Amino acid sequence: MSEQEKNAPYLDKRSSRRTFIKNSGLTVGGVVLGGALGSLLSKDSTTQTHETGVHSTATAVNFNQALMYFDKTQFDTIEAAAEQIFPKTEVGPGAKELLVAFYIDHQLAGSWGLNSKEYMSGPFYPAEATSLFGHQTHLNRQQIFNLGIEALNSEAAKQYKAKFSEITAEEQVAILQAFEAGEVTLNGAVTSTYFFSLLKSATIEGAYADPLYGGNKDMAGWKMKNFPGHQMSYANIIEKDEFVKIEPTSLNSQHKH
Amino acid sequence: MAKKLPKTDIVLAGVGWTGGIIAAELTKKGYKVVGLERGKERKTEDYLMVHDELRYQQRNEMMQDLSKETLTLRHDRSKRALPYRQHGSFLIGDGVGGSGEHWNGLTYRFFPYDFEIYTKTVERYGKDKIPADMPLQDWGITYNDLVPYFEKFEAMAGISGETNPHPEVPEVKYPTVPLKETPSMKMFKEASKNLGYHPYIAPAATLSESYTNPDGISRAACQYCGFCERFGCEYGAKASPVVTVLPVAKETGNFEVRAHCVVRKVLHTNGKATGVLYVDTRTGEEYIQEADVVVVSAYALNNIRILLNSQLGRPYNPESGTGVIGKNYAYQMTSSGSTGFFKEKEFNLYAGTGALAGVLDDFNGDNFDHTDLNFIHGGNIALGHYGKRPISNNSVPKGTPTWGKEFKDESIYWANRSLSVGSQGSVMPNKENYIDLDPTYKDQFGDPLLRMTFNYKDNERNQQKYIRDITTKILEEMGADMITTPGDQGDWDTTKYQTTHNTGGVIMGADPKTSALNNYLQMWDCENVFVPGASAFPHNSGMNPTGTVGALAYRAAEGIEKYLKTGGSLV
Ligand SMILES: Cc1cc2nc3c(=O)[nH]c(=O)nc-3n(C[C@H](O)[C@H](O)[C@H](O)COP(=O)(O)OP(=O)(O)OC[C@H]3O[C@@H](n4cnc5c(N)ncnc54)[C@H](O)[C@@H]3O)c2cc1C
Ligand code: SF4
Repeated sequence: MSEQEKNAPYLDKRSSRRTFIKNSGLTVGGVVLGGALGSLLSKDSTTQTHETGVHSTATAVNFNQALMYFDKTQFDTIEAAAEQIFPKTEVGPGAKELLVAFYIDHQLAGSWGLNSKEYMSGPFYPAEATSLFGHQTHLNRQQIFNLGIEALNSEAAKQYKAKFSEITAEEQVAILQAFEAGEVTLNGAVTSTYFFSLLKSATIEGAYADPLYGGNKDMAGWKMKNFPGHQMSYANIIEKDEFVKIEPTSLNSQHKH
Repeated sequence: MAKKLPKTDIVLAGVGWTGGIIAAELTKKGYKVVGLERGKERKTEDYLMVHDELRYQQRNEMMQDLSKETLTLRHDRSKRALPYRQHGSFLIGDGVGGSGEHWNGLTYRFFPYDFEIYTKTVERYGKDKIPADMPLQDWGITYNDLVPYFEKFEAMAGISGETNPHPEVPEVKYPTVPLKETPSMKMFKEASKNLGYHPYIAPAATLSESYTNPDGISRAACQYCGFCERFGCEYGAKASPVVTVLPVAKETGNFEVRAHCVVRKVLHTNGKATGVLYVDTRTGEEYIQEADVVVVSAYALNNIRILLNSQLGRPYNPESGTGVIGKNYAYQMTSSGSTGFFKEKEFNLYAGTGALAGVLDDFNGDNFDHTDLNFIHGGNIALGHYGKRPISNNSVPKGTPTWGKEFKDESIYWANRSLSVGSQGSVMPNKENYIDLDPTYKDQFGDPLLRMTFNYKDNERNQQKYIRDITTKILEEMGADMITTPGDQGDWDTTKYQTTHNTGGVIMGADPKTSALNNYLQMWDCENVFVPGASAFPHNSGMNPTGTVGALAYRAAEGIEKYLKTGGSLV
């Protein structure tokens, strides 16, 4: 490696991506290394560290905000439950504002809801499955959510004579705690604890996954957590002692050269 | 009826790190190699949208489709094994390049002690140190024998690193300078030095500077993009078969990769392999690829499965302790790590690379005196700066609820204020930890799945207690305001990611009675079958395996060439 390459400055926020690639030593002996990089180079673009126009304004339409799997009651139930798991606080928005229930709906409609990349052949021995051995039921996630949502509503009806989405936050939390503890019986093929753990992890995913999946609206989940999302390089930051706050960028920017 | 294809010199079952190395070395020598790979083709362009935590980390985009093939798991022989229905404890790679595409790139050499572990343990502590149910074995090769092969692997990949300062560890000179040091790594190193330990920057296959290897392959420097482990590298900065050995093999014109081809069996008659039986999953057709040499390079676990389903080698019997295929399955332990919470400081934890770490080996191998300890071996201790992503990074101090208001606010507050000092604990072989075929569950072709019988034994549980006190002590010295320490090592949790460092099952050694392979990784029972991969390890050490896997693959490549020239057993 030449001395010049060694001393190359790292990514300057205002420099173009082309300059960045040149400066960060991504060329070897003058030849740009191929692959993903090659296709980046063919498009002249401004750096990824500025904010791209992916966020909606109050009036902009989000065509993603529509249901692929849930019916209205199911959606309302999950929206309410997710909000208790990841509520709006002084720190920032909660599941509802982040559109987590839409995220969960969209995920359930696809391969995750159908467990399509998982081993689903029998025989099943749910009774022998301790938590250390994970999912051991013939039910896929769509079916588990259906059962879980029904049970959330029947618990709410039994205890408070209302739908889950209509009871108070404290009442919702109490029911969710009972689910987590496995105190509610679903149908024997799956426990309420397992349903709750699915709901909990899906809620966290919906808050923090790239907005391309329908949640993490306007990257507000990332902003709360000071996570910059998709960036090309941190070579200029990695050794820094102070915290470097960067406006997040989503994968959408990769498509908008 | 399977269709017979013209004979080739060498056929590979699996095109990952080991298959790639063997392909490059033998095609360079003029031999014809056919690589069969069950997954898809890969190229660097595939990684343009790779900074996607959901797709690659949560949903394991690059891993094996378990609906087609998985394994079954249990803690001990008295139980029924249940299928590994979704990825958890370890991740099985898939596609051209194998796990070598989405690994972290931490690239160590095992210690001289590891290769002669039985002899050295007896020498230093006496025979009684080794429990009766621990079939501890030497590897049939020494560290010094392997040095040239380690060097070859390190030069090919361009390992970036710093010499390990521990007086017991041999000096290594790496081809590229160490990766950049983060403030948290500096804190870790300083604290460890204060405690009298020997920290250094971990050797990494994610390049610290642009580099041209001896094969003439040039690659760019790592950008610390923070999406590395479980992700492919969009720069080619992470050494992987697709950007190192496979292009070299292709360039010769002697290499053919057939993707979407699943090897079901090695075919053999009279103790000699004739080729392999495989299915092209795109057409559904079955083929027989004949070859002079069959290389089973399908990753440690799949190597065992292919041999068992081929009825090649003597299956291990835990009752009698005889037989070798499936014997000495071992794993690792990550439950000794502690997490520190720092009120005063925010770290840039979103940045990092899969192999960026401060590490020390003072409690690894036999680098410390075990005379008064109730275990042998140990683990490395490291502070990694791998890039923390928001779905999977939700560290909160002990006692915080796991959901709701308090969880949300705390997990956000500490997201960039918590550091973990982890450990990769070695696992010693045990008579009762082994692999065989499952009697019930089948794969997409109706072939039996592998059955893994494994749990942590006393040696590991005692080691875990000892090491977690040290990881905690380091965080105290680093000035953490709060420290979350792990409890005792419980039973193996198959649902939580630990490591993809599965070892053993087709082990090497000097004695055909107690091992499956000689030190060229040639099968004792079938001279034209070579089985590279961590399946060859008679025990697992306290660090990542691929440096050693790679060195042994270079050795195997040399062995295959010798065999093709002279025939017969090489040892
Ligand atoms: C997330 C992750 C992180 C890791 N990090 C590190 C690290 O930091 N340091 C380290 O040392 N190691 C690490 N490893 C381990 C490392 O990746 C492996 O040790 C290494 O890749 C093993 O090489 P191999 O050739 O044996 O298997 P692989 O590289 O996995 O290749 C095996 C190939 O065989 C194919 N195959 C399997 N069965 C068949 C069949 N029946 N027919 C046809 N093809 C088949 C597979 O699809 C695969 O492509 C990591 C692994 C993972 C998953
Ligand atoms: S961290 Fe470095 S090696 Fe890893 S994917 Fe990013 S650029 Fe590649």
